[in-house]
Amino acid sequence: MSVASYAYQIQPHKVRQEFFRLFPISLFVVAFGAAFGLAATQQGLLPLEAMLMSTTVFAGASQFAATDMWGTEVSVLPLIAVVFAINSRHLLMGASLYPMLKDVAPLKRYGLLLFLTDANWAVSAQEYQNGRRNLEVILGGGLVLWLAWLVGTWLGVYFGGVLQNPKSLGLDMVLGCFLLAMALGGKKSPRVLVAWGVAALASLAAWKWLPPHTHVVAGALAGGLIGYFWLDQPQHAEQEEGPA
Amino acid sequence: MTIETTTTGVLALIAIMALVTLITRFGGVFAMSFVRISPRIESFINTMASSVLIAIVVPMAFSGDAGAVAALSVTAVTMLALRKPLPAIGAGIAAAGLVRYLF
Repeated sequence: MSVASYAYQIQPHKVRQEFFRLFPISLFVVAFGAAFGLAATQQGLLPLEAMLMSTTVFAGASQFAATDMWGTEVSVLPLIAVVFAINSRHLLMGASLYPMLKDVAPLKRYGLLLFLTDANWAVSAQEYQNGRRNLEVILGGGLVLWLAWLVGTWLGVYFGGVLQNPKSLGLDMVLGCFLLAMALGGKKSPRVLVAWGVAALASLAAWKWLPPHTHVVAGALAGGLIGYFWLDQPQHAEQEEGPA
Repeated sequence: MTIETTTTGVLALIAIMALVTLITRFGGVFAMSFVRISPRIESFINTMASSVLIAIVVPMAFSGDAGAVAALSVTAVTMLALRKPLPAIGAGIAAAGLVRYLF
């Protein structure tokens, strides 16, 4: 291995560009934030508490789940378990960016990861599959998503009635459609398609039979195993045959 | 163990949630810094990356209503036809709204 040289330089103009690139998606995040703000206050959180949670946690699904557990008392271990299970996909998402992140100095590396979330990760990971390195989208895209999440929470807390039924407008499907579009925009070799089939089956099995919120990690690891045993031949066949 | 939702209690609960989430954001990268990236490991994490997306979306379609299924199918078809994410996502959301309005 070569000596660590942190060759990746974050370019400010690209960060700005990625901020505006994810701006359209962030408008939908405002709607979800509003739904969270409303749900949080209905569960008895004060406006500032809901805002503080959105600011520091910045992970929508786990925040919704946490407010479902809210009462005059909250059990700590179940809360930790649910938040960890829902957000455990971050572990895999971060790991998948490691080949790029290793070229960034540790302080910046972990600073970037503060903004890691599904949408900006999906862009970065898909571009990496297509041979482009883009960590700027983690920072720029993450910032616009984070701001949108705060603005949305604020709107929901103070003007909860604005978006009483985001589902009727299809807004609950924004993230699903976004992630699917990202997946389909990537490389589709037979190897990838087999991995997707395995990931789909494993995630469905986990969703049906394993504890709640474990299906993403189960499906992703199962898909990854296909990659582990089935290497992408055309690129490596000539130079890197044999045990790795 | 339970924490009462007094002001300090809520602050503690939010701090716990923030810390657990931070561990998930940092943990995967931290663990990878101890792994030597062979072509096989690289192939694993690359395949895993696109599998994360599938593992999020497929159960969403199976557990969702007709609107969810419509949204995801229309997004898939539009994306494969046009290869542009924004029209695909827009069409998917519109499909969900339309199906839910009609049925």
